[in-house]
Amino acid sequence: MSDVAGLTLFDKLWNEHVIFDLGGGWALLHIDRHVMHDLVGGGSFADLAARGVKVHDPQFTFATPDHAVSSLPGRVATTFPLGGRLHAALRGGAQAAGVQFFDVGSGSQGIVHVMAPELGIVLPGVSVVCTDSHTCTNGGIGALGFGIGTTESVHVLATQTLRQQKPQRMRILCDGVLPQGTTAKDLALHIIGRLGAAAGVGYAIEYAGSAVEALDVEARLTLCNLSVELGARFGLIAPDERTIAWVRGKPWAPKGAAFEEAAACWRTLVSDADAQFEREERIDASSVGPTITWGTSPQHAIAIDARVPDPSALDDAARPAVHAALEYMGFLPGVPIAGTPIDWVFIGSCSNSRLSDLQAAADVARGRHVAPGVRAWVVPGSESVQRAAEAEGLHEVFLSAGFEWRSPGCSLCVAANGEQVGPGERCVSTSNRNFVGRQGPGARTHLASPAMAAAAAIAGSITDFRHLP
Amino acid sequence: MSTFITIQGAAAPLRLDNIDTDVIVRIERLAALSKEQLGPFALEALRFRPDGSEDPACVLNQPAFRGASILLAGANFGCGSSREAAVWALMGIGIRCVIAPSFGDIFFGNCFQNGMLPIRLTHAEIGILAQASRDGAPLEVDLHTCTIKARYGTLIRFTVDEHRREALLSGLDDIDLTLRKEDSIRAWQQRDRNRRPWVWSLPSPAEARAAVAPITLAGCTARSQAGLASNP
Repeated sequence: MSDVAGLTLFDKLWNEHVIFDLGGGWALLHIDRHVMHDLVGGGSFADLAARGVKVHDPQFTFATPDHAVSSLPGRVATTFPLGGRLHAALRGGAQAAGVQFFDVGSGSQGIVHVMAPELGIVLPGVSVVCTDSHTCTNGGIGALGFGIGTTESVHVLATQTLRQQKPQRMRILCDGVLPQGTTAKDLALHIIGRLGAAAGVGYAIEYAGSAVEALDVEARLTLCNLSVELGARFGLIAPDERTIAWVRGKPWAPKGAAFEEAAACWRTLVSDADAQFEREERIDASSVGPTITWGTSPQHAIAIDARVPDPSALDDAARPAVHAALEYMGFLPGVPIAGTPIDWVFIGSCSNSRLSDLQAAADVARGRHVAPGVRAWVVPGSESVQRAAEAEGLHEVFLSAGFEWRSPGCSLCVAANGEQVGPGERCVSTSNRNFVGRQGPGARTHLASPAMAAAAAIAGSITDFRHLP
Repeated sequence: MSTFITIQGAAAPLRLDNIDTDVIVRIERLAALSKEQLGPFALEALRFRPDGSEDPACVLNQPAFRGASILLAGANFGCGSSREAAVWALMGIGIRCVIAPSFGDIFFGNCFQNGMLPIRLTHAEIGILAQASRDGAPLEVDLHTCTIKARYGTLIRFTVDEHRREALLSGLDDIDLTLRKEDSIRAWQQRDRNRRPWVWSLPSPAEARAAVAPITLAGCTARSQAGLASNP
């Protein structure tokens, strides 16, 4: 037996992409896939042009408008005029560089982290970057995905590489079985609530254990999506036969012998039995139930039947932040979260806008109606999701129940598209950030699963979907 | 890239944990404005009241700390979104150095790309600096010696990754450095085509696009608009 410890999944993915070692833990990494969006993509192309440099490998970059595009049904690129300018800059840069651009209406447009894996652009084992922190979503199929800044995206355009310092490795073992009706979103919020929003800073996280292996691929994307809310730039799940079956046949995935060769490689992407992690955490999945946030950080997560905290019960260090969060959210100390009246529901975002998410929400909405005074939006994550959902009639379910069925994009998660929750209004949202002002100045956000969000729309208040009449 | 060697200035204490990049700069600001225009909108949720007036309770509006070039921050500063505009907005109000117990990983990297120095110190060390600079008395941050000096002879040492430190001191541009390695990159790619052919075997765009049906405005979309009209 060798004295050398085995490799983690992250080590294997990292090593695959090292062009050369730069010393001090740094390496020049090859970037296999680069995804660009409208918010800053046009600026990256302009910066590159200002340097007089061409795109190194245009076939590896893919662009689509998502952040600043309107989700209004029947929208066009300019429906939100500011977004129209950003869209034109991205499209112009992409076309000049020979980069694939998936326009509104093409059938491929969508939120970058929904669109890229579902089209087979992102594959297990590839490195993928995007100027968006939720690029960690792609770790759900075993891709080395991480968010980057604008300057780094120019570096990728110019060289197809990045200079990166290797992070430490953490594993979160989720043992047991998630109870019926408890989703990957609940698990993710539970983990962040327990470990804190900074627990993953400086780490690449691998999720493993029986509860993770039991998740379908879309749920794995959801779990990895929230890694950055735990502070980590990377979230990973080892690809398995379920992943391989999911990727097979996707439009941009390899075909035939090339696919089989790829799948053989993907089957080796697993942490060795003797692999060492700098940090390891265990979560008992059977103890997790429907979970929702009460405050202004994703770590402010509690069970649906719990109460918001009482600052007077906390120590001096913790009290001010909790007090400020309660005040912003309009909560008295220690009240039960269930029963809180709401104004808005948003079902969408790169966390929870895939077909299975919409199916879960539709199961709650079917035969019921949105409460008076509540605006409830369903925003599919991509045009492919929209098409698939409409093919099985989910839009009819939502429309009959009084939900709005909208067009794909980031919409109310990011509020950079003319769509906002008003000051003081309360929204149950399937997105990933409940920061101060995230959904609009003064907006109050509660993060939850699609079923919980749909149930809140029906009840008109935060509610346990399992007890809906 | 701009250089960072030494700075001297007031250090504003903004010691809340988990200040995220949405709070540092709202997304609609960066959608609408160029990077040089973001300063007035840095930390706007903290600096301004809902009516747009300055909030005198915010430390950045107090005379001693207006124009501070150093920020003493809480844990996990710059968590959340990858927006590099968070760094640009802080630079727009004159911040060149943020000192915190920990940082969001992407924000931390973005600082170095723009000549901003993020320094990790313990809560206790930041408390000492806050005490020494409480009325606006300047701190001196020296990247050559990796020290922070305050009045009364206070001296705190910090560490910065050596790669990052050299890049800031020299102002070397990562993209220029990597472009000089073009031969190595192309050679690696040539080997990779044989090693991982599946990464390179993309279908023709026409073929891949043909497999995806466009979205039309017919049918359900019309019903959606009707639904929208009935639910204002």
